[in-house]
Amino acid sequence: MAYSDKVIDHYENPRNVGSFDKSDGSVGTGMVGAPACGDVMKLQIRVNEQGIIEDARFKTYGCGSAIASSSLVTEWVKGKRLDEAAQIKNTQIAEELSLPPVKIHCSILAEDAIKAAVADYKKKHAVEETERKKVA
Amino acid sequence: MKLPIYLDYSATTPVDPRVAGKMIPYLTEHFGNPASRSHAFGWKAEEAVEEARANVAALVNCDAKDIVWTSGATESINLALKGAAEFYKTKGRHLITVKTEHKATLDTCRELERRGFEVTYLDVGTDGMLDLNRLEAAIRKDTILVSVMFVNNEIGVVQDVAAIGEMCRKRGVLFHVDSAQATGKCPIDLRALKVDLMSFSAHKTYGPKGVGALFVRRKPRVRLEAQIHGGGHERGFRSGTLATHQIVGIGEAFRIARLEMAAENERVRALRDKLLKGVQRMEEVFVNGHLEHRVPHNLNVSFNFVEGESLIMAVKDIAVSSGSACTSASLEPSYVLRALGRSDELAHSSIRFTLGRFTTEEEVDYTVNHISAKVAKLRELSPLWEMHKEGVDLNSVQWAAH
Repeated sequence: MAYSDKVIDHYENPRNVGSFDKSDGSVGTGMVGAPACGDVMKLQIRVNEQGIIEDARFKTYGCGSAIASSSLVTEWVKGKRLDEAAQIKNTQIAEELSLPPVKIHCSILAEDAIKAAVADYKKKHAVEETERKKVA
Repeated sequence: MKLPIYLDYSATTPVDPRVAGKMIPYLTEHFGNPASRSHAFGWKAEEAVEEARANVAALVNCDAKDIVWTSGATESINLALKGAAEFYKTKGRHLITVKTEHKATLDTCRELERRGFEVTYLDVGTDGMLDLNRLEAAIRKDTILVSVMFVNNEIGVVQDVAAIGEMCRKRGVLFHVDSAQATGKCPIDLRALKVDLMSFSAHKTYGPKGVGALFVRRKPRVRLEAQIHGGGHERGFRSGTLATHQIVGIGEAFRIARLEMAAENERVRALRDKLLKGVQRMEEVFVNGHLEHRVPHNLNVSFNFVEGESLIMAVKDIAVSSGSACTSASLEPSYVLRALGRSDELAHSSIRFTLGRFTTEEEVDYTVNHISAKVAKLRELSPLWEMHKEGVDLNSVQWAAH
């Protein structure tokens, strides 16, 4: 099948590949998908004290469109506030990469990955906050 | 060396230049209709058609009169299964086939089910081989036909056609064999095999697309209900003006196959083994299907933790096919690999390499290097590989299926 130039570009030169330390308090990790379905995305965000996403990393097992979708969102989330990042819609990803209908699920997965990473960060933070309160 | 390298010979083969050379005059000069009995144009065409029939028969050691021309293996299979089912339906309405068959067989069986026939789809072992005890147990009083492919198109395993034939003959059941992937790769002796119907294709054996044949045994006689009517060509089994140039093509392709098969198989086997050894230098590489009961042309391997479609996209310089079908809405991986009991992840990670007449050692060396580099790159991208390296058992993870 024919891929769009943008998919090929992200696939051949993926941005922000790698991993942060999951246990780091400033890192939120989202892992979505399943090997059985043919794609798994791991998206990580590093958030500063102002609640701004400073950096992002991804690793993806999946087709070219899945890799491109996750690479693209690591670029998009940088510099965004957590609530802004969580508002990224799969339709925006699909449009940017010109994904054909059969590949829309890749963009949905990328949206889910951001949401999961944000949720993970918030959960960690909520726990830290309660612990801090307890200590105090 | 020219790029991309073609390693998809089981999808189709190039027409051998010797075959093309023989076909061309039958498009321009000797264009007659082989059914024209009244002039030399017709006689010349008929002579070519009969020479081709003899060449096809010689490759599989049968009587030339048992060969019926068709448009390809798909049509042959349709004619064999529907034709026999319709003719013998008063005797019984049950057929048996195998889950790893080609869609030409499976979809025809589905159609027969819609027409009121009953079909049993047999499982295979983890190596892709059919267990004969399982077949024996599936044969019923009302079973009229068993259909099994000689060589599997995806994993290249060779079924024990001789033993299945003995079993079917003993039980009085017709036996059809899909040999689309077998010609020129396995010796076929229809005088020894208890096979009643056998389907052939030209374009998997260096002939042109659009032509095939069906072997219909006359001794003991097999009857079929014709599926295409209009003139009663081909003993009434298949009407329609014969495509002389195409038939000349399959005849020449099968003639060359008979002469060169033994030497070609040895050469291709050495290349395939070299390819296998090369890719096995990587970790977590698994061969799909039995390695011994297999044609030398096929290598189907899973590169664990790398998704097949992305690998195919990465290896642009090599034309191969993948068992992963991420393009379909269902995200179902290859049904053949699933039937082997392969996990979904391994099925999604599979690549089929099929080698052939024009594959060179240089191409195999290039392929090994190219694929090794790309697998390494994609594994660096793969969260599953990372988890595997951290010692996480992927089966213990609760995945959110989507």
